[in-house]
Amino acid sequence: MSTDATLSFEEAMEKYDPVLGFEVHVELNTKSKMFSSAPNVFGDEPNTNVNEVDLGMPGVLPVVNRVAIESSIKIGLALNCKIAESCTFARKQYFYPDTPKNFQTSQYEDPIAYDGYLDIELSDGTIFRVEIERAHMEEDAGKLTHMGGAAGRIQGADFSLVDYNRSGVPLVEIVTKPIEGAGSRAPELAKAYVAAVREIVKNLGVSDAKMERGNVRCDANVSLRPHGRERFGIRSETKNVNSLRAVEHAVRYEIQRHAAVLDAGNPIIQETRHWHEDTRTTTSGRPKSDADDYRYFPEPDLVPIVASREWVEELRATLPEPPAARRKRLQSDWGYSDLEFRDVVNAGVMDEIEETIAAGATATVARKWWMGEIVGRAKNADVDPGQLGVQPATIVELNRMVEDGKINNKMATEVLDGVLAGEGTPAEIVEKRGLAVVSDDGPLLEAIDAALAAQPDVADKIRAGKLQAIGAIVGGVMKATRGQADAGRVKELILSKLGVEG
Amino acid sequence: MAAINRDDVAHLAQLAHIEMSAEELDRMAGELAVIVDSVKSVSEAAGDDVPATSHPIPLTNVFREDVVGHTFTAEQALSGAPDSDENRFKVPAILDEA
Repeated sequence: MSTDATLSFEEAMEKYDPVLGFEVHVELNTKSKMFSSAPNVFGDEPNTNVNEVDLGMPGVLPVVNRVAIESSIKIGLALNCKIAESCTFARKQYFYPDTPKNFQTSQYEDPIAYDGYLDIELSDGTIFRVEIERAHMEEDAGKLTHMGGAAGRIQGADFSLVDYNRSGVPLVEIVTKPIEGAGSRAPELAKAYVAAVREIVKNLGVSDAKMERGNVRCDANVSLRPHGRERFGIRSETKNVNSLRAVEHAVRYEIQRHAAVLDAGNPIIQETRHWHEDTRTTTSGRPKSDADDYRYFPEPDLVPIVASREWVEELRATLPEPPAARRKRLQSDWGYSDLEFRDVVNAGVMDEIEETIAAGATATVARKWWMGEIVGRAKNADVDPGQLGVQPATIVELNRMVEDGKINNKMATEVLDGVLAGEGTPAEIVEKRGLAVVSDDGPLLEAIDAALAAQPDVADKIRAGKLQAIGAIVGGVMKATRGQADAGRVKELILSKLGVEG
Repeated sequence: MAAINRDDVAHLAQLAHIEMSAEELDRMAGELAVIVDSVKSVSEAAGDDVPATSHPIPLTNVFREDVVGHTFTAEQALSGAPDSDENRFKVPAILDEA
């Protein structure tokens, strides 16, 4: 595979102004599909969640799922959109085995929601408004697995296998207007935007919002223009960028690639690009061409959807607290400083901390574990912290063990590593690894005597009331017990030994 | 006459995956133009006061409750498939993502 030339991001930014656009597909978590009563379930045996409608058999009629319409209206409202008084479905015609009907039922001229916006908060607190062009309803396609050839990629595949379980799953496609003025923050904004959409649909309860399962999928449009020019450059559309980190990386990469093409005096080809997580690059898909002539026409088998203002207001009244308002409330409930809270949000562990607190930890303990231990491990493992596999209950259990004096903090982190390595529950790991704080005072007193004898000057200082000197003695004891002592208890014993009030 | 030329027909044939000979393209260009003209007579009957419609019956909001109904087994789903493998439809590799 040839590698495209790129400019450094800094140089690309010096020379060009990026314009972005996103199409985010959200799979709704209805029980049944958009137009058929087959179940909407992820991960079942292939071609078992289908019936005649999903397979596009002759003579079948689709019937619209009421909940899917309500969920779509809720998404529109949460994106500050207007809701169409009346709208229709349309057929988008194309030939590809992922749709057995040879058309996708979608919306075209009259989306159910339009003209909205989202205010996106960047890592330093800057608010950037992204305008929403439309949010329309459609159905998902089947899943193709390319067999033979190079490792599951379509290039060189011998044949493809099709599973239609996903066919007909309700989708809402959210399309932004061109996003101008993001400058060097474009990659960050891209990630923050998709994160905000994901957060909104999850918060509404209308989607499971798991990107790793394809519940939220992003196509990212990028174009560059010289600074000061109004007209947009030619764009590329990077398909199916399916993690928040990948969205940021893909936008950054495409900016650098476009800049190199333009710098060499060449035109950008308007095309789709495929994102490759392994190399963090994109490769050319197909050029936009006549094949994009989908010949939309109104779906004759479905009647228009009329959203009365009463219905819309009823749905608006059911909307949960918006995520931005929720953040304000959580910060105040947890008593975190602005900086602490922003770090938590930027690290992507706010939900995890909330769940951990709900499981019984204090806000301080939850933050200590997530920010102090788990975020770093996730970064090393190159995954999102929530995907590392740490359960809230594990943190609560670890913390209880520390508070009960069964293990100390150092051991607790060791136990956490054990849990992540799949060695069992914290209690089992403590048992198996023989990790227990020496709580019997006998060996501790021996070690304290030795440490005091080894550092008589320190002992004198403590006797004289310089309590901060105690660290040196505690350190000696910890060393002697190979870290297995409860530092708090050691401190108490030293003070009583020396007859000093703590 | 409506402006349906040979290139339009060739384009449509390509979109519809229909292979057409040069003679067929010529003939269809003429026939389609006549058909389009015939359909166009509808717009003479419908004045500006008649809104465009996608459906002849004045119905809206025909919904189904979100309840799971029947499904096929994989065997049933695949019973009409020209080819299958691992309980999935087997199709030629097509280098063109939709």
